[in-house]
Amino acid sequence: MKEIVRTYVVNEYVEDDTEVTFDTPLISGGIVDSFSMVSLKRFLENKYKISIPDDKATPEAFDSVNKICMLVKEFTKE
Amino acid sequence: MSNIGSYDERIKNFDWSIAEKELDYQPGNNINIGWYCSDRICELGKGKKQALIWEGSQGQEKRYTYNELRLTSNGVGQFLRDLGIKPEDRVCLFMDKIPELYIGFLGVLKIGAIVQPLFSAFGDESLIVRLDNAQTTAVFTQRKHAPKLRKILDKMPFLKHIIIVDADPSKPLGEREIAFDMDNASKPEKFHIHPTKAESPSVLHYTSGTTGQPKGVKHVHYSLISQYLTAKWVLDLLDSDIYWCTADPGWVTGTSYGIIGAFSNGVTQCVLDAGFSADNWYKFIEKHKVTMWYSAPTAIRSLMKAGDEVIKKYDLSTLRHLASVGEPLNSEAVIWSEKVFGKPFLDTYWQTETGSIMITNFPGMKIKPGSMGKPFPGITATVIDADKFEPFDGPGKVGLIAIKPGWPSMMRTYWRNEETYQKKFKNGWYLPGDRSSIDSEGYFWFVGRDDDVINTGGHLVSPFEVESALLEHPAVAESAVVSKPDFVNMEVVKAFVTLKPGFEPSKDLDLEIMNFVRKKLSPLAMPQEIEFIETLPKTRSGKIMRRILHAKEWGEEIGDTSTLEND
Repeated sequence: MKEIVRTYVVNEYVEDDTEVTFDTPLISGGIVDSFSMVSLKRFLENKYKISIPDDKATPEAFDSVNKICMLVKEFTKE
Repeated sequence: MSNIGSYDERIKNFDWSIAEKELDYQPGNNINIGWYCSDRICELGKGKKQALIWEGSQGQEKRYTYNELRLTSNGVGQFLRDLGIKPEDRVCLFMDKIPELYIGFLGVLKIGAIVQPLFSAFGDESLIVRLDNAQTTAVFTQRKHAPKLRKILDKMPFLKHIIIVDADPSKPLGEREIAFDMDNASKPEKFHIHPTKAESPSVLHYTSGTTGQPKGVKHVHYSLISQYLTAKWVLDLLDSDIYWCTADPGWVTGTSYGIIGAFSNGVTQCVLDAGFSADNWYKFIEKHKVTMWYSAPTAIRSLMKAGDEVIKKYDLSTLRHLASVGEPLNSEAVIWSEKVFGKPFLDTYWQTETGSIMITNFPGMKIKPGSMGKPFPGITATVIDADKFEPFDGPGKVGLIAIKPGWPSMMRTYWRNEETYQKKFKNGWYLPGDRSSIDSEGYFWFVGRDDDVINTGGHLVSPFEVESALLEHPAVAESAVVSKPDFVNMEVVKAFVTLKPGFEPSKDLDLEIMNFVRKKLSPLAMPQEIEFIETLPKTRSGKIMRRILHAKEWGEEIGDTSTLEND
């Protein structure tokens, strides 16, 4: 899952050769802005057939690939 | 005691010459914003004072004194002159909130060229229409944003230079690209500042309207008079302040008050170039001991959403004055800020075209939460009847906000679009395009826009631009774009879309279209929701009735549908 999310982030939100690791800060690092977070959330919901409530989709929860995968796992378990 | 003192006294005795005298400016003299924001502060004996404290997303920090601001902006100016940039050439700043943006701004102005700031999240389509309209000669940018320019290079024969401020020396530069290392460039002690006059053009900001392409709002160097005095009286900037304006200089607040207002008043300002998180913001205030904080309702509501517990982790006791801009500040946010910070955010109302604050809540004035406040001294503002274009004779009536032209920072025209500029005036009033009422005590109360422009997070988005971008997607047959309510951003973009034969609505298509618009225009313009429908409501003459879709989103009465095609 981590590699899928990382690849999606790189393809969709990175214009140059900036390296994105599983721990790279995405929101606080300015790679994904708060408006674009909506499309990232939509991708995760489509891909993993889950629904992430808005109050869980916080900048902190989306701030790295690792954090995103932890969040997604919370909902795929249910 | 605040800088403004008594509002009522100021109103009685106001003249813009107050600012001119404080700045030692006399009509007819040279006036150059770049000089006023750096050299003049040094001449006042404050060369060693911190001007800019910059912090990046990884916690890295850079600091510049006023003398370094002066010398480094001289270096930018020299570099541009050596490239052959001439007075009134348009030089675009297409960068994140890095020091090169703030200091580059002053350097461009020092040689008499026109600064064209553009939001660094803009996509290629947004870029090309703005650069083409301005016929921009040079663009400052970063490696990470250069690919967007390379993509549209063939469409920009007028663009001579792409200046990369963080070029990787191990990699070759592309066509028309040149590297510029601002901190290590030569910094001439003696530099000939171009003798700009009051009406010399300074800044070209682009703003969106309901129809047509974005408009270039032309400002002049004399705007300094308004920006200096409003920053002093409304933001109440003091010599001892550590000031934080959270706005991006890709938009007007970031230049009028994130650069000109701050530096011309000689204060120390901090910049955080990182994405939003409540923890990071409070940590930044604590670390730099911020005293004056100018932010936006969207950010304030995001902080509200993050809760009050996080605030207790930080010492925010240095904050002494808070203000807000970009969209109406709801009363809940004012009351919340008073509760958690011990002082309310004061709402300020103005727009790209006005160049500086027009109607506002002043330090020391009675605050009515949710109100826009009162006009700045020297600003004659009222509410007029939308049919007769005449002021109402009593309080409480909703009409168009109207301002008497003539303040120093008023836009001078829309770039290459004088016709649209002239339409902004009716019966001797300038109309910003907003509706409000005035109560019996003279406080203005915002009601809404008078057009279809979407104000999302304080940024204006043209439904026309989004609809045009949507139509370029292979699956989209027709589209209509309206706003929908949103707690954090006040409103966000929603698109209604009909599909071409052979395409079916799906979640994947929905995401594909969202990303398509985001990359073409900007994340702000990306529809946060797409609704696939069979047909759009249209008049019998075929015009899409956005009004009906808007009313549906906002739970309002649909109104007259007698012209509806399939009624």
